[in-house]
Order: sequence, then structure tokens, then C-alpha cells
Amino acid sequence: MNTDFTEQELAFQKEVRSFFENELPESVTRRIKAGLRMDKATQVDYQQALYEKGWAGINWPVEYGGTGWSASQRYIFFNEAARAKAPRIIPFGLNMVGPVIYTFGNEEQKKRFLPDILSSKVWWCQGYSEPNAGSDLASLKTKAVRDGDHYIVNGVKTWTTLGHYADWIFCLVRTSDTGKKQEGISFLLIDMNAPGVTVKPIITLDGRREVNEVFFEDVKVPVENLVGEEGKGWTYGKVLLTHERSNIAGVATSKQRLADIKGMLNNPPEGVPPLKDNAVFMQRVMQTEVELTALEYTELRVLSSVSTGKAPGPESSILKIKGTEVQQALDELFLELAGIYGLPFVPEQYDDEDPSLKLEPFFAPNAAPHYYNNRKVTIYGGTNEIQKNIIAKQVLGV
Amino acid sequence: MDFALTDIQEMLKDSASKFINNTYDFDARQKLSESEKGYSEEHWQLFAELGWLALPFEEQYDGLDGTAVELMVLMETLGKGLLLEPYLSTVVLSGNLIQRLGSESQKSEWLTAIAGGEKKVAFAGFETASQTDINTITTRAEVNGDGVKLSGKKPVVLHAQSADMLLVAAKADDGEIGVYMVSPKDSGVSIAAYPTNDGGRAADVTLNNVTVSADARLGEGENAEAAINRVLADAVIAVSAEAVGLMEKMLSATVEYTRVRKQFDMPIARFQVLQHKMVDMFMEVEQARSMLYYGAISLSADNGVDAAKAASMVKAKIGSASRIVGQTAVQLHGGMGVTEELDVGHMFKRLTMINTLFGSHDAHMDALIKAEQAA
Repeated sequence: MNTDFTEQELAFQKEVRSFFENELPESVTRRIKAGLRMDKATQVDYQQALYEKGWAGINWPVEYGGTGWSASQRYIFFNEAARAKAPRIIPFGLNMVGPVIYTFGNEEQKKRFLPDILSSKVWWCQGYSEPNAGSDLASLKTKAVRDGDHYIVNGVKTWTTLGHYADWIFCLVRTSDTGKKQEGISFLLIDMNAPGVTVKPIITLDGRREVNEVFFEDVKVPVENLVGEEGKGWTYGKVLLTHERSNIAGVATSKQRLADIKGMLNNPPEGVPPLKDNAVFMQRVMQTEVELTALEYTELRVLSSVSTGKAPGPESSILKIKGTEVQQALDELFLELAGIYGLPFVPEQYDDEDPSLKLEPFFAPNAAPHYYNNRKVTIYGGTNEIQKNIIAKQVLGV
Repeated sequence: MDFALTDIQEMLKDSASKFINNTYDFDARQKLSESEKGYSEEHWQLFAELGWLALPFEEQYDGLDGTAVELMVLMETLGKGLLLEPYLSTVVLSGNLIQRLGSESQKSEWLTAIAGGEKKVAFAGFETASQTDINTITTRAEVNGDGVKLSGKKPVVLHAQSADMLLVAAKADDGEIGVYMVSPKDSGVSIAAYPTNDGGRAADVTLNNVTVSADARLGEGENAEAAINRVLADAVIAVSAEAVGLMEKMLSATVEYTRVRKQFDMPIARFQVLQHKMVDMFMEVEQARSMLYYGAISLSADNGVDAAKAASMVKAKIGSASRIVGQTAVQLHGGMGVTEELDVGHMFKRLTMINTLFGSHDAHMDALIKAEQAA
């Protein structure tokens, strides 16, 4: 029992660190240094830099242009990325629809879609939730009716993250109303530029447009865009969720955020309160560290069992719940550190390289918007309550 | 990165499981707890034969060179049976302290005797309610001619009443801490023995001008405080492993009970409010296990994690997890959980007492906070 890296893994770590230090596009580095959000162009620059390096398909097998990395290598990569404060990888293409296509798609679809997903040339978004199908996703009603060589799609998808950037959307649609509701669902790829597709913004609590509603009105989708078999979409969708597992807890990013908090405690920037002497705050900091350290080892246990070819053990099921709880605990710590400097609402200082107003401490005005918006993490991807239902059924057998 | 057990660790686990399954069922354990000694001498001799009593010692003292990982594997399994034998006091505390601090001759005499099951030793170290800071002791060691005179009171010494030798920590005039080997039969030693809340045994030891020879001191001037602190970290791993074993067993007992127990014409396991409570237990058990691995690996390998911090992280997590798992297990067993009839109540008792040993959740959180504030 050990958590040591092998010689090769240490060499790999060095290579990854050097990549983040020296090989990121200038546009990306500039925004990281300035503490700015990635806009669409910079996000694509980042993912294309990974692609050039051969590191875009982190979970993908080598035959489809993936890295073929071991679990340890993925762990190292995510830790180094977090340490460098690199942007996250937008998951919809690379982590979600890509694996579904190479696992269940036909040769034609693989040839047509995979290269552009890998190179981030095409931006994908996800069409799962509907206004009346959230936790009970299988009750979704967006209809795809076969009409010759096409499906005619009608319905509404919601919570579509960055749908306003997207070129394509992968959807779960209803192709049958008979039998079990899960068995009438199919997995369909739809061009966002097709006539009848409309995207409307939803503004979240941080005042920003991150998610959307996507309306389908008599949208004609060629049948060759159906992945796998009609009626099997639910199964494919579930498989897709397991591909998210490798980084679902966000441990690496949370570790970096905790280090940032400790950094501010030891060297408070002007305006940051000396909370190091506040026993109540310090208790929350250390509790978060305790929980995060345990979670890191839970994740290592999962990675280790996966890398020896075993199925992830029951411990894998808690990654989402515990990971998101830690993320939200960290959000609360940042909110406390910001104090009254968290009151101003100046989102532009995180978007513009040369904003008209730039407040210090720089992180503070974003603490509350981030806290507000990040309540989503215990809601999306299956609410934490739904996760508990799943664990009760599948792990505890009750 | 590897979380698999080695062949030797698997064997250790198997032999411990066999012992618990074959000879340590709940009724047998309760009978043993109510016997005069509170444990079985026969079992102790079996432990010697199985090599458990020699687990952490170096090979030259008949030991098996076991690390914190092996200790964890053994304690987790024995913990599930609510072990009563004085393994923690003799092997984990006293044996490890002799190994870290003792002179060559002390080690070859005492470690060999412990390994062989011939001698039991108890550690009379801490004096305050929170067993975290050895510096707070007030027991005095005064040079007295050729010998040393010891005076003071050691409350709640685990298994002092069955020990052949006591390891007494005492402070010299200059404030330096030393550990002295004191026979319970020495004049001036009195032992007030009692059972403990978890079915075990302990005693208050009073030392009234007890004179021992100068060579009764462990070692030759090595840093006793550092050695005690390091042994404390091992002890934290040992009881935390026990706690993880217990929590896992309490979870499965609770799941099983809710499947069988019917109210409103259905098994109570069907109720979502109970399901989610059991999922909370499950998550705590898994997080506690992960933290235990972190601690055992950190103490076994030189991975740069400070032993005191690792121990505090582990004990803090085990403490909070134990409260949730223990209380929920009792709650979901309903009235039956509050009786002495089911093992779950006795596991709850032990889990609760483990929190008081070697620093509670609060004590270790406080240590973590203070260390961070001093950083």
C-alpha cells in the first residue's frame, strides 16, 4: 500500500508541469495571470493547445487519437492543470459525446465527428434536461418522429450550458411512447444551425449567461445522426456518465483553492481580514482540509482499482456528493474572506483586460457571484439527493 | 500508487478474521468481558503463536518488522470483534515505546518477552483528560542516591491491573521527560482497578515515592517526548483502524436490520428518509477509511507528511465519522439499539470511547488549527 509515483510517472509529471509553464498559448497565459475568465476564443485556444500536444482525449483510447493515459497519469495531469490554474476542459465534446460516439457510433459517425471533437474545432452542448424532466429525466418529452430519411424533432431542452457557443447538440429524444419510458429514448446528434433551432438565454444568479433553453420546432434531422440503435439512448446516456468519473470530484481544483485560501491567511492582501486569528473560521478551514484529504484518498482508491482493471468499488459513488460539498464549503470560505469587499457587482473586471473599474482585493467581488452560481454543483449531474437514491439502491441494496 | 494488500498483509487479515469468526462471537466476548480478568490468557498465548504480539518489532527481537499498514490491517479486523485483550497497551503503546526509546539490553529483554506472550506492559504516560500533550504531566522523577524517586498519579492506565511492568513517564527537575520501568509490586505503587465503559479494563496508578534504580530509565538520554509523540501517532492509527472496522460492521448491521424490521406493513428500509441516513453512514465509513489509509501510508513511508499532523487529521475524521455512524446505527435500530442485547450497542460504546483515546476529535481539530495559525 503506497501512493508513490514510479520513475516514469515522475518524469511525466515534469513534462506536464513544463507544458503548463511554457507551452500554453499566450492568450491563455495572459488571462490566467490577470485572473480573467476564458472567453470562447481563449477556451478554444487552450483546448487546441492540448490537442496539438496530443493531450485532448484524456480518457480516449489511443486508436481514436486519445492519450491512453493510465489512471495515475490522469491524476497527475489534473493536479498540474489545477496548480497552473489552467481552464477546465469543456466536457460536452471531449468527455461526453466523444466517448459515446466511439463506443456506440458507426464507422461513418466516428470518421465524421471524432476528429473535430478532438481538435475542438466544433463546439458541442448537451440536450438532456427539459423543463419538466429534471431528476426524473426518463420522463423527457422532446419528440423525434421518423419521416423518411429524417426525424422531425419538436420540444424544449434546458440548462444547456454554453449552448449559445455550440455548433452541435447531442440530445436524448423520445422516439417511442409505448413500453417502459426508458426504452423509448434515443440518442440524436443535431446541428444547432438547422432551421427550427432557437437558443434563449437563462441568466443565473451571478448575473451571467451560462445556460440556455434550446427550442426545437419541426427540426429535420437526418437519420444518419442517430447514434446506435433507436430506443437505446438511455443506456448510452448512462454509460456517458461513467466517463465523467475521472475528475468528477474536482479534488485537484479544490486543493488549489484551499492553498489559495491559506496563502491569503498567511499573507493577507490589502483589505483581506486577518481571519487566521478567528477560531471559528479556522475550524471551517481545517474541517475542509480534513474532508478534502479524505476525499483525495477516496479518489486515489478509485483510480487505483480502475487501473488494475477492476470495476470502481462502491467508494466511487460518493465522489460526486463529497466533491461538490467540499467545493461549496470552499465557496463559503472565500465569501467570508471577501467580507464587505464582496458587495460590489463588477463582473466586467473578470472579462476585460483593461476594465474601466478594477477593485481590490481583486478576487472579492467575484466571491458572491461564484458562491451563488456554484449552488448548481449539488444540483447538476444528478442532484446529490438523487445520488443518494442511487447509492441506497445499488450499493446498500435497500 | 497501490492500495492492494501484500500477501503477508492478506494472511494477517485472514488469520485475524478466522480468530474473530471462530472464537470471538458476541456472546463469547460478553462472557469474557464479565470474567474477572476481562480477557483470555489463552487467547493471548495464541496471539503470540500467530506472531501478532511481535508485529511491529524489529526482526532481531523476534519481531515481524510490521509498519503502520500491517498494524492497521490487524486492528481493523480485531476491532470488528470488539477485542478485549490488552494488545493496544502492551504491543502498540508499550512495545513500540520500548523499541523507540529502550537501550539494546532493555529491547532484547522486553521486546522478546512481549513477543513471546510472557510479559505484559502498560503505559502510564498521560495525566490529563486529553491524551495529546505529554508535557503537561506533573509526575516527578528525583535523583535519589543511585536511584530515582517517582511520585505522582496516572489516571486511566489501560490494563494496568494485568501488567507485569509499567512504563511511567515522569519529569525531572530540569523539566526533561523520562520513561521509567516500574514493577506494579514496587513499594509505593498502588493500583485502583475498574472496568471501562466499553467492557475493557483500566486502572488509576498512584506512585508514592517509588524508588527505582537508575537503569530503570528507558534508553540513555534519548528524546523521550519525541518517542512518545511518535508512538501516539501509531496508537491513533491502531484505534482508528479499529473504529473503521466497527463502523463498517455497524453499517451492514443497520442495513440488515432495516430490511428485516417491518412497520406500516413494510420493511423500514423502504423509507427514503432512512435510506439517505444509511447513505450518509456509508459515505462517512468510506471517507474514514480513506483517511485511515492516508495516515497509515504517511506513517509507513517517508512521504514528507509530518506524523503528528497525519495523526491529527486521521483522529479528527474518525471522530466525526464515528459520531454520525454510531448515533445513526443506534437510531435506526430504534429501542433495540439502546439495549445491551444487540452487539450494535456495544459497538457504539466502544466507538464512543475510542474518541476519548489519544486525543478526541475536538483536541485534534484544535491541534490542527493551532499548527496552521503558527505556520
